[in-house]
Amino acid sequence: MKETIRIASGQGFWGDLLTAPVDQVTKGPVDYMMMDYLAEVTMSIMQKQRRKDPRLGYAKDLVELTEQIIPLCVEKKIRLITNGGGVNPVACAEAILGAAKELGVQKLKIGIVVGDDILDRIDDLRKQGIDLKNMESGRSVETVRERLQSANVYFGAWPIVEALKQGAQMVITGRTTDTGLTLAPMIYEFGWKEGDWDKLAAGTVAGHILECGGQASGGNFSADWKAVPDMAHIGFPIAEAYANGEIIITKHENTGGLITMQSVKEQLVYEIGDPRKYITPDCVADFTTIQLEHAGKDRVKVSGVKGKPATEFFKVSMSFLDGYTTFGTLTYSWPDALEKAKKADEVLRTRIKNLGLEFEEIRSEFVGYNSSHGHLAANAKDVNEVALRVGVRSQDYDSVERFGKEIAPLILTGPPSVTGFAGGRPKPSEVISYWPALIPKSAVKPEVIIKEIS
Amino acid sequence: MKVRLLDICHGRSGDKGDTANIGLIARKKEFYPIIEKYVTAQVVGEYFGQMVLGKVERYELPNLWALNFLLHNALGGGGTKSLKNDAQGKTLAAALLRMQIDIKEKIEY
Repeated sequence: MKETIRIASGQGFWGDLLTAPVDQVTKGPVDYMMMDYLAEVTMSIMQKQRRKDPRLGYAKDLVELTEQIIPLCVEKKIRLITNGGGVNPVACAEAILGAAKELGVQKLKIGIVVGDDILDRIDDLRKQGIDLKNMESGRSVETVRERLQSANVYFGAWPIVEALKQGAQMVITGRTTDTGLTLAPMIYEFGWKEGDWDKLAAGTVAGHILECGGQASGGNFSADWKAVPDMAHIGFPIAEAYANGEIIITKHENTGGLITMQSVKEQLVYEIGDPRKYITPDCVADFTTIQLEHAGKDRVKVSGVKGKPATEFFKVSMSFLDGYTTFGTLTYSWPDALEKAKKADEVLRTRIKNLGLEFEEIRSEFVGYNSSHGHLAANAKDVNEVALRVGVRSQDYDSVERFGKEIAPLILTGPPSVTGFAGGRPKPSEVISYWPALIPKSAVKPEVIIKEIS
Repeated sequence: MKVRLLDICHGRSGDKGDTANIGLIARKKEFYPIIEKYVTAQVVGEYFGQMVLGKVERYELPNLWALNFLLHNALGGGGTKSLKNDAQGKTLAAALLRMQIDIKEKIEY
C-alpha cells in the first residue's frame, strides 16, 4: 500500500482552460488526474443534446483532450477520473476507446459509473413514497413534473473506488460530486474504510480545494491579484495526499500562479453553506477544524480535519423548463453616457408597454456604472461609457422574441453616440431551473461497467 | 477609527441557487476578532439593503480567520433564470470589501 499519492486537478468546469490537463501530466509527476465538468445546469444541456442524438450527452471536449494525453497517461500509469460522462457516460467511454484505438493504444480499460440518471424512474419512485419535493422551497415535484429536463443522483467516491479496484485506467461517471473525484483514489490507495470519517473528510476537503482548478492557485484571487506570477501559464493545483489524512496542496514547479495560505483559504470558503456541515455522500466534513500551514514555496499543508458519518440520503439534482429569456446590450459614450443609457431604457420600456408584451421581469443594468454593486457603487457622474443591458423573462416565447426586435431600433431612434450592437437580434434562450431534492441511498444503486481495448 | 474592509480582508463569493455566499477572510490573525465583532449578519444585511430580498446568515471559521455569509434570495432567481449580469454573485465579495466599519480598537495595517 502506498504512503503518498499525487492527485492533479485538470478541469474545474466544462469550458475550462484546455491546456491545463496537458500541463498537469507533462510538467511533473502525478499519479491521478481528476477533471470536473458538471455544474447544476450542465446535465439539462447534456440531456437536450442526447435527445437530438443518442450518441451525445457528455462533455465532447473530453474526447479531444483524452486523445492528446492518453498515450502518455498509459505509459506513465496516470489514472484519469472524471464526471465528464454527463448523461451518457457509456457513449463517452466508447468515443474515447474509438479514438484511442485509432491512435494505436494497445490496451486501455475504462470503468464507467452509471445509475445516477433517474429521469425515467420518477413516477416509480414517487409510487414508492419518495416524494422528491424541493428541499429548499418544500414544493411538490408535481408542479414541475411535465417540465422536467433531467434528474440525477449525486454519487460520491465509492463507485469510483470500485472501478479503480477493477483496474480501470480511466473512470468516467455521470453525476458524481466534485469532491468524490479526488477522494476516491485516496480511499483506493490507502485502504480507507467507511467509518474513517476524519480521513474521508480530509480527502473531501482536498477535493473542494481542487474542484475549481486554477481558483486555488492564483486565479480569481482577491488577496493580491497583482502579485500572481505568470497568470498566462497558471499551474492548476495538485493534492499530495498521505495515508494518515494529511494533504499538501501544491503545483508543478515550472508553472505560473501561486499556492499560498490565502489562495487556499479563498477556495475553501467558496460556495459553502454551514462550514460545520459540508455534506457529501461520503461524509460530513467540518471546515472549522481545518488547519493550514505554510510548508514551503507553493506548498500548503492541510491537517486536523474532522468528519462525521455520511447521511442516509443522496442529493438529487433535477432541472425543469422555466420559460425564456433574452438580453440586449447597447453602449453609450461620453458626453452624458449614463443619462443617454437611462433615456434609452425609458424609451425601450415605453415601446414594450405599447406592444402589450408580458414579462415576469424586466431588468435594466448599467454596465460600467453599477451593474455589479448596485447602490453601493461609487457615484461617478461623468463616466466615459456605459453599456445598457436589458434582460427580460417570460413563460411566453413570442413576447421574448418580440422584445429582441426592439433593441436595434434604439440606435437610430434613441439617444446619440451609441454603438456595440453586433451579432443580430438577441434570440430567446430557454430558462432551465434547478430543483434540488433528497433520495434514500437504498433507492438507487450505482453500477460499474468496464469497457476496454485489450 | 474608520477602516475599509478591503484593507484588512480578502474574500470570494459565489452561488448556490438563489443564495449567494461571501467568504470574508482577515488578512492578519489580529484582524479576525475585529471583523467577528463588527461585521455581523445584521450589519451586512443593512449594508446590502434591497440587493438581498431574504435573510442574511453568518457562520464563523476562526481557524481560517474567516466569516461565511449566506445572502438568501440575492441573485434574481439564480442559475439561468436570473436577469442579472452577475447572476452568480461573483462580484459580491468585492462589494462587501468596499464597506467601511467604525471601530473602537486601534489597528495597524
